Amino acid sequence: MESSLILSITTFVYAIASFLYIGSWTFKKEILAKTGFFILVGGFLLNTSGIIMRWIESYKIGYGHAPFSNMYESLVFFSWTVCILYIFVELKYKERIIGVFATPLIFLAIAYASLSPSIGNEIAPLIPALKSNWLIAHVITCFLGYAGFTIAFGFSIMHLVKPENNEGNTLFSRFPSSSVMDELTYQMIVFGFLFLTIGIITGAVWANSAWGKYWSWDPKETWSLITWIIYAILLHLRVSWGWYGKKIAWISILGFLAVMFTYFGVNYFLSGLHSYG
Amino acid sequence: MTQTELNKKHDIKTNEPLFKQAWDFFASVKLAIIVLILIAATSIIGTIIPQNATDSFYFHKYGEFLYKLFLILDFYDMYQAWWFLLLLLLLGINIVACSIDRLNKTWKIIFPNKISFNIDRFKKLKTQKSFVQKNDYDKIVSEYKLYLSKRFKTIIEKKSENSTAIYVEKGRWARFGVYIVHLSIILLLIGGLIGVVFGFKSSLNLNEGQSANSVFISKQKVEKKLGFTIKCNTFAVKFYDTGAPEEFKSNISIIENNKEVFKKDIIVNDPLRYKKINFFQSSYGVSSADGVTLEITSKESKMIYHQKVNIKQTFTLPENGGEFTLMRYVPQFDFKGHNIGEAFLGSVKKADGKEFMVVLPKRFPTFDKMRKGDFAFIAGDHTKKYYTGLQVTYDPGVLYVYLGFIFMIVGCYITFFISHQTIMVEITKSKNDELSICICGKANRNNQSMKMKIEKLAGQLSGLVIKNL
Repeated sequence: MESSLILSITTFVYAIASFLYIGSWTFKKEILAKTGFFILVGGFLLNTSGIIMRWIESYKIGYGHAPFSNMYESLVFFSWTVCILYIFVELKYKERIIGVFATPLIFLAIAYASLSPSIGNEIAPLIPALKSNWLIAHVITCFLGYAGFTIAFGFSIMHLVKPENNEGNTLFSRFPSSSVMDELTYQMIVFGFLFLTIGIITGAVWANSAWGKYWSWDPKETWSLITWIIYAILLHLRVSWGWYGKKIAWISILGFLAVMFTYFGVNYFLSGLHSYG
Repeated sequence: MTQTELNKKHDIKTNEPLFKQAWDFFASVKLAIIVLILIAATSIIGTIIPQNATDSFYFHKYGEFLYKLFLILDFYDMYQAWWFLLLLLLLGINIVACSIDRLNKTWKIIFPNKISFNIDRFKKLKTQKSFVQKNDYDKIVSEYKLYLSKRFKTIIEKKSENSTAIYVEKGRWARFGVYIVHLSIILLLIGGLIGVVFGFKSSLNLNEGQSANSVFISKQKVEKKLGFTIKCNTFAVKFYDTGAPEEFKSNISIIENNKEVFKKDIIVNDPLRYKKINFFQSSYGVSSADGVTLEITSKESKMIYHQKVNIKQTFTLPENGGEFTLMRYVPQFDFKGHNIGEAFLGSVKKADGKEFMVVLPKRFPTFDKMRKGDFAFIAGDHTKKYYTGLQVTYDPGVLYVYLGFIFMIVGCYITFFISHQTIMVEITKSKNDELSICICGKANRNNQSMKMKIEKLAGQLSGLVIKNL
């Protein structure tokens, strides 16, 4: 399958981009980050074409479905959503250094998909429950939500390791000012929250049209609700109680752990309707 | 504040009527956060303990003590436990109280008697940008006013001897966003409650040709009349090459007053809805089999015969061996305590009148040979009869829930992405015929983008006049 090859190359390209971003931060060389950005965009284009080719290949085999049906495909798409969101953030906010945390996450997700022996990359036919137009809307919105929270997690880690007094020239003091990171964390969480909301809703509407119940308290559903509530609490603490900075960063990390458990943990530890990814 | 003032304030607080205290408690953000934490934390229980399983399952899994403890705490159906519903109720009350409390203030902001602005307060803002223009004062003022009035609906002007301040704003109504989100949660809670109280959910297995006019609701252990009859005409299942099911389809008829009023093929993701009751394709299984081809080996002549036979059908055995009757099909045959899978049962009546039973399991073709009779029977291919597994639901609350979904998305969008923005542009005459321009602004949310907006506006305003020179 050519798409698998392209996606393996994508993994490699993302790895180079990550190294350049980290190198730029460690050695204070702006040029490395600039090069990293172009390589990242290149990786993104490869990632995109890999997904499209896999889609076409599934039609050629005769199964004909969007590439969102198992863990391999979902991880590849997860990398794609985090990457597009990060590219947008870098272009809009002109803060290159964020890439130090965002690009390794993009790389790790697709590397896990390509290299983990437990994740098969063959194109499988779609089970009847997934045959719906809601699949595409549900997966895209959920993953945009996850992507927002993932980048927010990157900002939060930066925020927490940055020393309080901004003097000295340690590695961590090179991060953007606390107020900038606080604002960017908030922006990403708001973005993620809106899309997670839409993702849960499209899932509920789909469940109602497939099983006759918009909400069954299935572990995946419940954990997505728990994630949603954590971020809802964060937003209330920030807007109504004026929490900001490191306190918010801690909750953002807690929220991201809930995202990871919703995404992976539920499939590995709990059983339910959502066993396909 | 002096000590006496503090005491006074304290007195007022303790002397507040009980109702006011209760109201403040229910309208507090603190309660909202505590209730949300409790809902999220307790929800985890139901993802670890399987819900609505049988008593014996729980007993074996957790042992006597934990079994009883979890039973008392309602952990086996926790999302409908009294304490979980109480948390949801608290959340509902909190949201209503909280919203009413704050809407009072917000209403006055959204619909003020007169929009006014304070020049000094704007000038203290962090988000501002200044630049210098060399141009005619009146001309600049009128040009800026024209430019801003095209982009903002509300525009107010304050003139003083040496300066003009132009105030513009937009998105005042966006302050409603958060109330739309809160309303959506109330709609979801109401819709959910209606569903629990007035709706039902049941599973219904129908053989091909079988019909039903009621369903059994296992939770309340009651029979529910549908008000019409549902019949499964045919059922078919298709498989991929891999053996995984590709599609399963039931042809369903609705019968009222002995007349077929509706007919439809239903597949997963494409249900049938009739009189607000939904029928979903959810599973299938083999209910019976028929038309089996038997392979009959004669012990004496070593000849092999093939004979197709239906259930309850009798045929004459070759070589004057008597008669064979196919009795029935058993999906799970129990042989000395072992489940040996699907099997056909037959009866042989020999020419001398002796009768005995034979068991022909599909998985063990040599099973009957071990009987060491005159003939050995093997059950070959047979036609399968499927039953269709339907999920039957009725939920009059869905409408409210869907309305809630729409409000939720719209509300979240307005709350997070549209803000009430106020901008003041001040044009001041300074020395040497120069004009100093200051743009200050703030937004009730997302002040970061306000900064960019002011930068952009400064660029546009300074570029504007150069064009018109």
